Amino acid sequence: MNWTWFHRLGSPPSFYRFAGTLAPWLGGLGLAALAYAWYAGLVLAPADYQQKDAFRIIYVHVPAAAVSLSLYMLMAVAGGIALIWRMKLAECVLIATAPVGASFTALALLTGMLWGKPMWGAYWVWDARLTSELVLLFLYVGVMGLKAAFDEPRAAARACALLALVGVVNVPIVHFSVEWWNSLHQGSTVLKFGKPNISAQMAVPLYAALLATYLLAGQAILRRAQNELLSRERNTRWVRETLTELGGDPHVS
Amino acid sequence: MTKRQKRMAAVAALLLGLGLSAYFVLSAARKNMMYFYTPTDLVEHRVSEDARLRLGGLVTVGSLKRGEGLNVEFTLADCEKSLPVRYQGILPDLFREGQGIVATGRMQQGTFVADEVLAKHDENYMPPELAKSLKSADGKHNCAPFKSMQQAAR
Repeated sequence: MNWTWFHRLGSPPSFYRFAGTLAPWLGGLGLAALAYAWYAGLVLAPADYQQKDAFRIIYVHVPAAAVSLSLYMLMAVAGGIALIWRMKLAECVLIATAPVGASFTALALLTGMLWGKPMWGAYWVWDARLTSELVLLFLYVGVMGLKAAFDEPRAAARACALLALVGVVNVPIVHFSVEWWNSLHQGSTVLKFGKPNISAQMAVPLYAALLATYLLAGQAILRRAQNELLSRERNTRWVRETLTELGGDPHVS
Repeated sequence: MTKRQKRMAAVAALLLGLGLSAYFVLSAARKNMMYFYTPTDLVEHRVSEDARLRLGGLVTVGSLKRGEGLNVEFTLADCEKSLPVRYQGILPDLFREGQGIVATGRMQQGTFVADEVLAKHDENYMPPELAKSLKSADGKHNCAPFKSMQQAAR
């Protein structure tokens, strides 16, 4: 099989330009969708019949949790590509995704705890969903720590890729924990087969919030991957040319 | 096989091995992954009588009796069996008849005596008007999330 097209896609200068064009769009659309989602979700949507206004945490909690799982999948796929094809770009995406994913995981855990105390009666319980999501946070932080432990970026990325791949087994566990076992955490409202168990006025802002969070996460990852590329390739001609175009000092070390 | 194909095979083998070992560990530890038992497990003596454990189910509609002070008695049911529960203490705001809860405590002469009660919210979100149009509290809440050990093994 011929893989040259795949390698060309991953050439650092062309990705750098591509990301530079795409990122502002993702960021702008993401902010617009977020503004709509928060206004519609926090102001327009009716209160829940049981939870009253406390249910509105779903407009932050559910997107954060969904993105935390998706980004782990992205990181693992990038890890696989980095291991098999030794693509620098995949290594950069892997390294760029970890802190973003860790932030969304922490946000999902924190918002869940804030909601859990008034609704369940406890901030934290060791049920399967909460525990596996905490493991997800540790995996992200582990990848970040492993990256920091190496001086040589390629060796670091290879170790991180391996950890990301090993941890991918946790992703289906997080998602299906509420179906496979008894848990205190409720089952999926939206991300499941069949009809969502949420009325349309509440669901539409939720979908907007999901879209916004994915767009903003994408923007953050593109920008981080750009930075990672620049710092790794700082001695190459295309970086020097890019920096000169931007009006910077071409004589970077 | 080229080097790249070898690496591809190694990654595939890693994922397959991890998936299989996770499957075996999780199915062996299924009982221990459960956050709570259900009334069926206790009624059918699948759990040691004097163990301290968590019991989950729906509060049967019409069974709630408030005693002196913070004492409450109610019946807790999964899809098959039910058990009387006694509790003294502060209940979570979501506690009501028809609601799913998880109680921690132990069996004493056929009654489950709880020292902690948590509300288990379900995945349904709706405005109050829609909730009123549904017929009963039972119609809104579902016993399916409370799986007895036998059900879970199926």
